[in-house]
Amino acid sequence: MPVGACNWPLAKPLVKPAGRVLASFAAFSQCALSTLVLAEHKDGALLPNTLHTLTAAKQLGGAVTVLVAGGVGSTTAVAAAASKADGVTAVLTAEHSCLAHSLAEPAAGLLGAVQRSRKYTHVLAPSSTLGRNVLPRAAALLDVQAVADVVEVRDERTFVRPIYAGNALATVQAVGEGVRMLTVRPTAFAPSATGGGSASVEPVSPEEMQAARDAAGASQWVGEEVCKSDRPELGQARVVVSGGRALKSADNFSALLDPIADKLGAAVGASRAAVDAGYAPNDLQVGQTGKVVAPDLYIAIGISGAIQHVAGMSSSKVIVAINSDADAPIFQIADYGLVGDLFKVLPQLAAELSPNK
Amino acid sequence: MVAVKRVLDYTARVRVKSDKTGVDLTNVKMSMNPFCEIAVEEAIRVREAKGTDEVVAVSIGPRQAADTLRTALAMGADRALHVHTDAEVQPLAVAKLLAAVARQEQPQLVLLGKQAIDDDSNQTGQMLAGLLGWPQATFASRLELDAAAGTALVTREVDGGLETLRVTLPAVVTSDLRLNEPRYATLPNIMKAKKKLLAATSPEELGVDVAPRLQTLSVEEPAKRKGGVMVASAAELVDKLRNEAKVI
Repeated sequence: MPVGACNWPLAKPLVKPAGRVLASFAAFSQCALSTLVLAEHKDGALLPNTLHTLTAAKQLGGAVTVLVAGGVGSTTAVAAAASKADGVTAVLTAEHSCLAHSLAEPAAGLLGAVQRSRKYTHVLAPSSTLGRNVLPRAAALLDVQAVADVVEVRDERTFVRPIYAGNALATVQAVGEGVRMLTVRPTAFAPSATGGGSASVEPVSPEEMQAARDAAGASQWVGEEVCKSDRPELGQARVVVSGGRALKSADNFSALLDPIADKLGAAVGASRAAVDAGYAPNDLQVGQTGKVVAPDLYIAIGISGAIQHVAGMSSSKVIVAINSDADAPIFQIADYGLVGDLFKVLPQLAAELSPNK
Repeated sequence: MVAVKRVLDYTARVRVKSDKTGVDLTNVKMSMNPFCEIAVEEAIRVREAKGTDEVVAVSIGPRQAADTLRTALAMGADRALHVHTDAEVQPLAVAKLLAAVARQEQPQLVLLGKQAIDDDSNQTGQMLAGLLGWPQATFASRLELDAAAGTALVTREVDGGLETLRVTLPAVVTSDLRLNEPRYATLPNIMKAKKKLLAATSPEELGVDVAPRLQTLSVEEPAKRKGGVMVASAAELVDKLRNEAKVI
């Protein structure tokens, strides 16, 4: 296969090159690498998912532009935060009522138009519900097969991604010319630093904005139900305490898990069985179809360890399993296992974690 | 219209081939992707609620994909279309094939699963909606069709909770696990399904180039976690976490 000017080969996997050195090197090549990152934000704050995605973008080696799209008045603070993030060279903002709530149609229309006019070599979004909703649609508009849920950047067109619920890792290479579009698994990349940068901020062009408005209108945002919690966000927490079916009721679920989570400053997660039984809301589900987490410590309580659950937590640094069934598959991947009756063990555990012990 | 995919059964153990070219699919149980089952169930419920007259199931793949379509017919789909190809078909190509079928069939609603449990891409529905220029409602946990108004009210599972959208028909909806509980096909319905129309076509007939845009260089097993230790009490566990693993 011929290697075009834009595909100058990178012989080795990229190991976080000093951005400036590589950028100046790229400037000598026929076609410099350049990456656009779709920012995820809520209530005027840049979400950590974006910072993890920026690390993947920096590993690609080119200049990094962040696109902040949102409703009227929603992008100023986010753009300011993005412009200070390490490795960001430019920030584009797009503010319009049609871009509120990140509806897929206008957001993908905008992303497609920005790519058409500015011709980045890579377009990235976090592999969150936002990124997975918007980026594939934009990719189809640009006739690109996007790469989903990238966990490793090997070089500018070679990426690693989990398949079969994380039971296999596929290394894929984009064929031919054109933009590479990826969603990035946030837990697989460390977050970029938030200070020190001083990227320029400018709005998208009127033509690019028009593309978003033209794509809008076929769907309307009606409302949302947000689960409020004082605990750390599940995807970002250093410690996760997760409960399964064995907790037997919603009351037990909170009565037994909350004291432990409180003492560890942990987020609470759940297996699908616990969610389906109504013990926990569904946005706490950890697994292939829920959230993928990789905390320092994951405590699986009353969870058997089905492959769909393990897919969402097997990258955790230390895994603890507490289960009454000594043959539960979860013990095969747990660093520390404790077999016992949850209703006796959990209060003991909470007591042991008390500061005065 | 509902799209279904034949995949390795969700309970089957995944074995990576020793030559790292892929996952071994010889002599393993295959079945309909669980998210597709939910999409079929929802399509049938829409018809039962008189939201539509007909449910057409479509699958793309080798000869055995017809078995998956028979399953959809046994669940209650009215007829099926098999896009026959032995080639690897990636989500963009699947979306193009489904878009070509949708242009012929003119459905008001296309239902798909939110992701296939083999490639875990979570892309096809979004790509299809983009190609057709239709609105999309992904990760749906609730669907209320208002055929008279030409809209659908869809609740989506998003990070942090739920979100509700109203989309104008025709639209593409992808199902999340909690959309419904799929029915079992009864023996009489399995027998009846054998008499239902199962038409065949090909990517060539639909005028779609399915050449892969991503080349798989290798497929490997992830690093194995090493076996851990069992502890006897909560006190011992906390001690190990504090002093050995040093994570609390």
